[in-house]
Amino acid sequence: MEMIKVKNLTFEYIRRDEEGNVESINKAIDNVNLDVKKGDFIAILGANGSGKSTLAKHINAILYPTDGGVWVNGMNTAEEKNLWEIRQTAGMVFQNPDNQIIATVVEEDVGFGPENLGVPTQEIWERVEKSLEAVGMLEFRNSSPNKLSGGQKQRVAIAGIMAMKPQCIVLDEPTAMLDPNGRKEVIATVRELNKKENVTVILITHHMDEVIYADKVFVMERGQVKMEGTPREIFTRVDEIKKYRLDAPQVTELAYELKKAGVNLPDGILTVEELIEAIKLIKK
Amino acid sequence: MIRDITIGQYYPSDSILHRLDPRVKLIGTFLFIVSLFLFDSLYGYIAVAVFLVTIIKLSKVPFRFIAKGMKAIVVLMLFMAFFNLFFTPGNTIFQIWIIKITDNGLRQAIFMGIRLIFLILGSSLMTFTTTPNQLTDGLEKIMKPLNRIKVPVHEISMMMSIALRFIPILLEETDKIMKAQMARGADFESGGVLKRAKSLIPLLVPLFVSAFRRANDLAMAMEARCYRGGDGRTKMKPLRYQNRDYLAYTCVLAYFAIVIALGILENRLF
Repeated sequence: MEMIKVKNLTFEYIRRDEEGNVESINKAIDNVNLDVKKGDFIAILGANGSGKSTLAKHINAILYPTDGGVWVNGMNTAEEKNLWEIRQTAGMVFQNPDNQIIATVVEEDVGFGPENLGVPTQEIWERVEKSLEAVGMLEFRNSSPNKLSGGQKQRVAIAGIMAMKPQCIVLDEPTAMLDPNGRKEVIATVRELNKKENVTVILITHHMDEVIYADKVFVMERGQVKMEGTPREIFTRVDEIKKYRLDAPQVTELAYELKKAGVNLPDGILTVEELIEAIKLIKK
Repeated sequence: MIRDITIGQYYPSDSILHRLDPRVKLIGTFLFIVSLFLFDSLYGYIAVAVFLVTIIKLSKVPFRFIAKGMKAIVVLMLFMAFFNLFFTPGNTIFQIWIIKITDNGLRQAIFMGIRLIFLILGSSLMTFTTTPNQLTDGLEKIMKPLNRIKVPVHEISMMMSIALRFIPILLEETDKIMKAQMARGADFESGGVLKRAKSLIPLLVPLFVSAFRRANDLAMAMEARCYRGGDGRTKMKPLRYQNRDYLAYTCVLAYFAIVIALGILENRLF
């Protein structure tokens, strides 16, 4: 069974005037199909307004489909009785780290989710300790969130989700408000959780260099999935990516331009190391 | 200038007072404040002073730190002293023109002043030794019976703790907006009261917009973490009375009994 199954999903934002008449309909998601297997690391790419955040909110049952459906671990998100179990199964991390931390002490914030689930006190402590350790924030357990850097706050937010023992984490542009170091921290944490704890990860972003480790990448534009495949498959099509207002990672683009200029390089180079190896091969 | 405002100043230390259950401190403070109005003799003041000094010593909060907090109420004290001094009827002991000081006025001014100092000392000692979180936790537990008459106790305490979490964030934001508006030529400092109040509009509008946006985000994040009100919730740090808490209750009650006894002795209560 798939962890997450999205079938023919359509979602419309309906704008109404003062009398309640429909003024305009904006299709934020337009007939999207998506399957995510357990333990996968999925990245969803898209420029602003491509509908990627709206899609994320469907997985956590914050928004409901206008048409089609979303199933999390076999549970239909449109059915109200599944609501809390879905939210526990698929945790969600948001963009702004400040606006999702509730408590004034790090460990209490991580404990917030388990408290809501009605987990016994002793177990809350165990879970808090384990999740803080998993994101490498154990030494800050008694700090105030206001004293942490953006990347650290985001890791606390991830720990808060991990403490609920989800099978899947949806991260909605978790690095959009962070500096380059914070971004690296957060992505490294997410990768590690994916590998060590076998948590399914759905990473929504518009930073290309964050998706090169993903198992599968979906590119969205105007509410539709335009491209899907492994990062390597996606990044061989640099021209197409640019059409969707996205940029390939710098190295990929450099290799692509070199190739166009006549250098004999393979397709879809993703990291600096790969490019170096490829160039070394040519020199021989 | 905004950074000077501190709310719920906590003085981190490891005294017995810090470790007490917040409920003991809340109820103790309440009894202390009530006790201040149950006597009117010198012995009463001495009893309160002894009690207060003992507590301050136990709290390990340096006296200078406490005294700093008293600066804020100097104006209020002068104001009160002024009215008591000049407008209390009684035997005149000093008079210039229509201004006269009576013996009762003098007595009232001094004793009310001392009472006010005691009151502020006692209650600020509670905030010095209790983190805001513990306070809201304690309040929630004490108010729990009110749930039966449909007071949303859990929701109120959740709102309080969220407010505490966001005060520094919003202060920082105010600072940022203020600087941004000043960079574009906004003037917050000159002009009369009306002009100054008007000049705050370009500060308040973006601040409110951002506060609402934050509230919206936070509500979504809380729901995504399965928050659904107080029912069925467990606590990571539940409040449980220890032996020291019962001891503290005994001390506070003994103090309260002494003050009442003093009050009865001077025939004030009955």
